[in-house]
Amino acid sequence: MAVKLEARALGYGYPGRPVGRGLDLSLDAGEVLCVLGPNGGGKTTLFRTLLGLLPAQAGAVLLDGRALEAMPRGDVARRVGYVPQGHAAQFAFTVREAVLMGRTAHVSLFAAPGAADREAADRAISALGIDGLAGRVVTELSGGERQLAMIARTLAQGARALVLDEPTASLDFGNQVRVLRQIARLAAEGYAVVFSTHDPGQAFLAASRVLLLAQGGALRQGTPQEVITGENLRAVYGVEVRVLTIDGARACLPVL
Amino acid sequence: MTRRPRVLAYALALAALLLLTALAFAVGRFPLALGDLAALAANKLFGASLAVPPSAETVVMQVRGPRILAALLVGAALAAAGTAYQGMFRNPLVSPDILGVSAGAALGAVLAIFFSQSALVIQLGAFAGGLAAVAVVYAVGASVRRHDPILALILAGVVIGTLLGSMIALLKYLADPYNQLPAITFWLLGSLATVAPVDLALAAPFALAGLVPLYLLRWRMNLLSLPDDEARALGVPVGRLRLAVVCAATLMTAAAVAISGIIGWVGLLIPHAARLLIGPEFSRLLPLSMLLGAAFLLAVDTLSRTIAPIEVPPGVLTALIGTPFFLWLFASARRAWQ
Repeated sequence: MAVKLEARALGYGYPGRPVGRGLDLSLDAGEVLCVLGPNGGGKTTLFRTLLGLLPAQAGAVLLDGRALEAMPRGDVARRVGYVPQGHAAQFAFTVREAVLMGRTAHVSLFAAPGAADREAADRAISALGIDGLAGRVVTELSGGERQLAMIARTLAQGARALVLDEPTASLDFGNQVRVLRQIARLAAEGYAVVFSTHDPGQAFLAASRVLLLAQGGALRQGTPQEVITGENLRAVYGVEVRVLTIDGARACLPVL
Repeated sequence: MTRRPRVLAYALALAALLLLTALAFAVGRFPLALGDLAALAANKLFGASLAVPPSAETVVMQVRGPRILAALLVGAALAAAGTAYQGMFRNPLVSPDILGVSAGAALGAVLAIFFSQSALVIQLGAFAGGLAAVAVVYAVGASVRRHDPILALILAGVVIGTLLGSMIALLKYLADPYNQLPAITFWLLGSLATVAPVDLALAAPFALAGLVPLYLLRWRMNLLSLPDDEARALGVPVGRLRLAVVCAATLMTAAAVAISGIIGWVGLLIPHAARLLIGPEFSRLLPLSMLLGAAFLLAVDTLSRTIAPIEVPPGVLTALIGTPFFLWLFASARRAWQ
């Protein structure tokens, strides 16, 4: 099932406090968009707008060609999944219970999930290779484990477009790589993925396109090779960065 | 949690409840033998011939029966409302009166006492006052758009609860110290001693009406314990669901408080204990919480009428039992807060 996530002349932010405007975006199945920008640069605000959690201030978000605003919440949920920035879970649900919550848009209001929903949840858990965690309690997971469980929840949801807000933040190096590997793998399976990060080098590893948000909403968009240059990174982050090519792979090296 | 401990938890809670109920019928100023109780039950249920003195029948049917039913009803209702609120407010320290239902009910009852109204009007005043207070709190909380809606609700509840409290204090100050003040104090302390069958008949339908939506939404309730954005991204209309839960929990609590007065701790402590036993999943948690709430309040009420020559207010007992239990949970159980 194909998916297409688009933004047309999108203005995002809050009434009286615009954060960004004039964003055009088109993301197809199999593509990965990496969103880079400074702290407070509006990455989360943009994501919330793309998900329909925040009304667009101008322009429109389109999902499979339909205006997001006009779609019922359940329809949106069956198409786009959201992994919010890491937060401590409040209650001791098991991973299986938490992933099962992804089935909400498939379960009628007064019902509980049925056998098919349980299977979908278990498939999602297996797809991320975390079967061993299924019975564990989410409050006792490490950051990386929790992130994988949250991604599994979006798969259980049936979403084909995934929006991941800083999925590698505060993860150790190994878990960062594991999450990026999952992102690349999901794209290869036909998911469309948007993720934000503070490490521009991750764009070279996992993204097919990069959106660079600067303070004030100035935008650059293109392939990682086009967008991630020393000049652009200096403009956005205010520090010197050398973009190196090592054995054909690119990496960012800041200059102290 | 696997299936067996779950069933075991329900079974143990149910057994404890039945045992306590039998005990509550037997003990008191007029002790009854369990054999007499069984004979009476056989008579009422199956029409067996009656071999117990009529006075025993009066004690069971007119005195202890309504009181025991009231304890079960109030305990289960407070525990159910507390369970719903603790999940919804994502905070295990929340009790059913967080949105001002008890303060509103208290003001309604105190007003009725102040104007020398009948017991029935006092009860209706409490019920209406509870509903009105939550309606105001919800309206205020919902009108504050720029803040986290949960925080806005809690703050509105605290502020309006304080206002209601000062109005109650004013009425106490103005009330006749010989007739009205003792009645006000008695009501505010909470008691099941004066519950009549008609009170039960009035309160039970409202409590049930509150329970039905909670039962129907039992799985959806889990989604309310997620941050708003997450729940909405999963397809939940968070605002509408939250309003439904507030209405249901308020109806249950107001119905309970109207017949019992204010009995604290049940709605805070019991959901917490139940969650420790069976986990946070609402559709499993709700029945266990209600069973434990009913059993707990029945035990407390039975103690309150038997441990001393005068009745000890049950609200005082719940606090005496609840405080150390809560501190123990806090100190010992690593997962107590989940």
